[in-house]
Amino acid sequence: MTDAAATSSSGAATGLSPEQKEEKAFGFWVYLMTDAVIFALLFATFIVLSRGTAGGPTGKDLFSLPHTFGETMLLLVSSTTFGFATLATIGGDRRAVIGWLVLTALLGLGFVAMEIQEFSGMIALDAGPDRSGFLSAFFTLVGTHGVHVSVGIISILVMIGQLVIKGLTPPVSSRLLRLALFWHFLDIVWIGIFSIVYLPGVL
Amino acid sequence: MFGRLTIDALPLYSAIAAGGALITVFGTLAVMAVITWLKAWGYLWREWFTSVDHKRIGIMYVTLALIMLLRGFIDAIMMRTQQAIALNSDGYLPPSHFDQIFSSHGTIMIFFMAMPFLTGLINIIVPQQIGARDVAFPYLNSMSLWMTAAGAALVMVSLVIGKFSTAGWTAYPPYSGAEYSPGVGVDYWIWAVLIAGVGSTLTGINFIVTILKKRAPGMFMMRMPLFTWTAFCTALLMAFAFPAITVVGVLLELDRVFGMHFFTNGHGGNLMMFANLLWIWGHPEVYILILPAFGIYSSVVTTFSSKRLFGYTSLVWATAAIAILSFSVWLHHFFTMGSSANVNSAFGIATMIIAVPTGVKVFDWLFTMFRGRIRFHVSMMYLIAFIVTFVIGGVTGVLLALPPADYVMHNSTFLVAHFHNMLIPGALFGYFAAVNLWFPKAFGFKLDDRWGRRSFWCWVIGFYLAFMPLYVLGFMGMPRRMEHYDTAAWQPYLVVAFIGAVFILFGLIFLVVQIAVSVKNHAALRDWTGDPWHGRTLEWLTSSPPAPYNFAVLPKVESLDAFHAMKEEGTAYQRPERYEDIRMPKNSAFGMIVGGLAFVFGFAAVWYIWWLVAACAAAIAITVIIRASGDDTEYVMTAAEVEAIENRRFADMAKAPPPDLRHVPVGVPGAPVPGAVS
Repeated sequence: MTDAAATSSSGAATGLSPEQKEEKAFGFWVYLMTDAVIFALLFATFIVLSRGTAGGPTGKDLFSLPHTFGETMLLLVSSTTFGFATLATIGGDRRAVIGWLVLTALLGLGFVAMEIQEFSGMIALDAGPDRSGFLSAFFTLVGTHGVHVSVGIISILVMIGQLVIKGLTPPVSSRLLRLALFWHFLDIVWIGIFSIVYLPGVL
Repeated sequence: MFGRLTIDALPLYSAIAAGGALITVFGTLAVMAVITWLKAWGYLWREWFTSVDHKRIGIMYVTLALIMLLRGFIDAIMMRTQQAIALNSDGYLPPSHFDQIFSSHGTIMIFFMAMPFLTGLINIIVPQQIGARDVAFPYLNSMSLWMTAAGAALVMVSLVIGKFSTAGWTAYPPYSGAEYSPGVGVDYWIWAVLIAGVGSTLTGINFIVTILKKRAPGMFMMRMPLFTWTAFCTALLMAFAFPAITVVGVLLELDRVFGMHFFTNGHGGNLMMFANLLWIWGHPEVYILILPAFGIYSSVVTTFSSKRLFGYTSLVWATAAIAILSFSVWLHHFFTMGSSANVNSAFGIATMIIAVPTGVKVFDWLFTMFRGRIRFHVSMMYLIAFIVTFVIGGVTGVLLALPPADYVMHNSTFLVAHFHNMLIPGALFGYFAAVNLWFPKAFGFKLDDRWGRRSFWCWVIGFYLAFMPLYVLGFMGMPRRMEHYDTAAWQPYLVVAFIGAVFILFGLIFLVVQIAVSVKNHAALRDWTGDPWHGRTLEWLTSSPPAPYNFAVLPKVESLDAFHAMKEEGTAYQRPERYEDIRMPKNSAFGMIVGGLAFVFGFAAVWYIWWLVAACAAAIAITVIIRASGDDTEYVMTAAEVEAIENRRFADMAKAPPPDLRHVPVGVPGAPVPGAVS
C-alpha cells in the first residue's frame, strides 16, 4: 500500500472480463433473493393482518377483479416485450432493442397508472392505508411492488439513454440482461400478489 | 422549511446531556482541527475516503468501530454508575435520559461497533485468505462503508440535536409508536438502523460473490481457511436476515408518520408482528456477530498452537449448521408472547440444538491446542478466556431456552448477563484477538505485547465483575433497565458491577495506550516478512502491509493451510520469470457521496423536512445513475510498476532478523528463511 500506488494511473482499462460479467450477474441474482426476502416478509405481514379490518372495508368491498386482470395483462405482456428486447440484445440489433424497451416502459407506465388509479379510488372511499391494519398491509405490499416497477421504468429509460449514446457495448448489454432479470422478477412477485391478495380477497 | 426542527432541539434539558453534546461537538472540531493542522485533508480524501481498496475500507470500518466502542462504553459506565447509587434516590440521571442511554448503548454496540468491526476484519483479511486481489464489487464496498458511517453519524448527531430513542435497542411497539413516543428519538433509531442496514445487506451480497467466485486456483470450498468459511456464512446471514430489519423499520416508520396500523393496539394492528419480524433478523444477527469471531479463534488457535486445525471438516459443518439453525429459533426471544406450549417447546428445542455444533467447535479448539507448541500471544489469551467464559454463557443460554424457566427470567438482569456473556467473549474478545493477530498485516508493524496483556486482564476481570453479579440479581428478581430501585439487597451487587465497569474502562484505556506505544515503537516492531507469526493461510504470503493488488502472481493452492504447505515445500516466495499487467479499480468518491446524501436524507426524515428528503432521494438516484453508466472504472498497473513494488518487498524481506527457532511450527524442518528462497 504505497501511497502513490493506489492512485497512480498508467493506462486505462476498459471492457469487461468474462469473470467480471459472471460475478455481476451472480451478484444481481443474490440481490434479487434479498429483495425476495423483503417481499416474503411483506406477504407474511399481509396474511397476518388481512383479517384486521377493524370494522372497515374488506377486500371484497374494494377489489375489482377486472381491474386487477388489466394490470396483470399489462405486466405480463411487458415481460414478454422485455424478452424480445433481450433477444434483440443477443442478436446485436440496437434499434430493435430500443423499440422493445420503449414498448416495455409504456406497458409498465400503464400498469403504474392503473395502480395509482386503484389506490386513489380506495383513498377517496375512506379506505386509505391509515384505515385498518389490513389496508396498511395491502397498500405497503402492493405499493412496494409498484415502487419497484417505477424504479424499473426509470432504469429502462436510463438504459435507452445508454443505448443511444454508447450503443450496444458489452457493458451496456450486460446491464440490460440484469435489468431483464429484475423486470421478470417483478412479474413473479405480481403473480404472488394476484394469488394471495386479490383472488382470496374477492372470493 | 425546517419541519419540526426548532431551537428547542438543543439538549439544554439537563447539564449532563448538554455536556455530552459539547464533548461530541468539540471532539469533532478538535479532530478536524488536527487534520487541518497536519494538512492531511487532501491525503485522506485521495488515499482513504475515496479508496475502493478492500484493505483500506476494512481499516476505516474498524476505526469507526473503535470510535463507537468508546461511545457505547461511556453509555455503559454511565448506567452502571447510576444503578450503583440509585437506591432510594434519583441518582444523577433523570429517567428520560437514562432511557436514552440504554437505548443508544445497545443500538451502538450492535449496529455501529460490532457490525463495522467484523465487516472491517472480513474486508481486510478474506480477499487475502482466498488469494484474490480485491472483492467482487469494490465500489459497492465503499458505498456500504459510508452508509454504515452515515447511520453511526445519525446516532451521534442525536446527542446534539434532539433526543435519542427511549424505547430500548429493539424499539418494541406500542411504546415506540407515535402515540407513546411522539418525539424524534425513535425516528433517529429507525433511520440510523435502516441506512446502516442497507449497507450491511450490500456487504453480505458482496462477500457471497467474492468468496464463491474469486478464490485462487485450487482453493476449493473445503480448502478455504475457517475464517473465510465463517465470513461466508456471515455474509449469507447478512444478505438474508438484514432485509427483515429493513422491513420492520420501514413498517414502524409508516405507522409513526402516516398513521398506519401495523403495530398499533387498535385498528387491526398486531404488535407481536413487530417482535416476530425484528427477531427474524435479530437472531441470525447474533450469529452474524459471533461466527466471524469463531473464525478468528480458529485462525488464532492453529497459528499459536503451531498445529493444523483439529477437525476442520467438523468445524465447517458446525458453522453451516449454526447458520441454518439461526433462522429457526427467533421465537425464543419472546416465549412470554404466549404461544401454545407446543410452539414454545419447538423453539426451545431448536435453541438447545444450536448448543451442539457450538460444543463441537469448543472441543475442536481444545484438541487443536492439545500437544501443540503453544505460544501465549495476546490473541491466544483472548481465545482461552473466551472458551472458559463462553461456555458459562452457553449454559445460561440453555437454561433460558427452557420456556418455563424463561418465564421467570424474562426481562431480568439474568438475561442481560446472559447476552453480554455471549457477546463480549463470543464477539468482542474475538475482534480484539483479530486486532492483535492481524494488525501487522494491516499496518506493517506488530502491536505492543505488554500493553496488550494489561488490556486483556482488565477486560477479563472487568467482564466477570460486571456481569456475574447480574446473574445473581436476576435470580433476586431485578428487572433490566431500572433507573432507580428500593431494594437494598441489590445494591452491593450493583456496586461490584460498577467496579467491573471501571476495570473495563482501564481495559479500553490500555488498548488505546497499546496502539499509541506501538505506533511510537513501530520501527522496532516492524514486520519485514509479512509472516510475523508463522501463519498457515494465504494472507501471510503477502507483504505487510500488502501491495494494492495483494498478490503479484495469484497463488496456486494445493491443500488446506496453503501457505504452510508452500513454506514446507520451499515454494512460498518464488518469483515469476516476469510480471504481468494488473487491472485495478480506480478510486471513486461515489461511495462517500451516497453515504453523505444518505445521512442528510436520514436527518431530514427524522425532522420531517420533506423537501430535503425528496432532494436527497433524487440526488442519490442521479449519483447511482451516473455511476451505473460509467464504463471507465479500472486502470492498469503495468508489469514494470508491479516489479518495482515486488523488488522493494523482497529487499525488505532480506532485512528481517532470522526467526526465533523456538517458534518454528511443528513439522517444518528448519526455519523458512524469507528472502533466501528468491
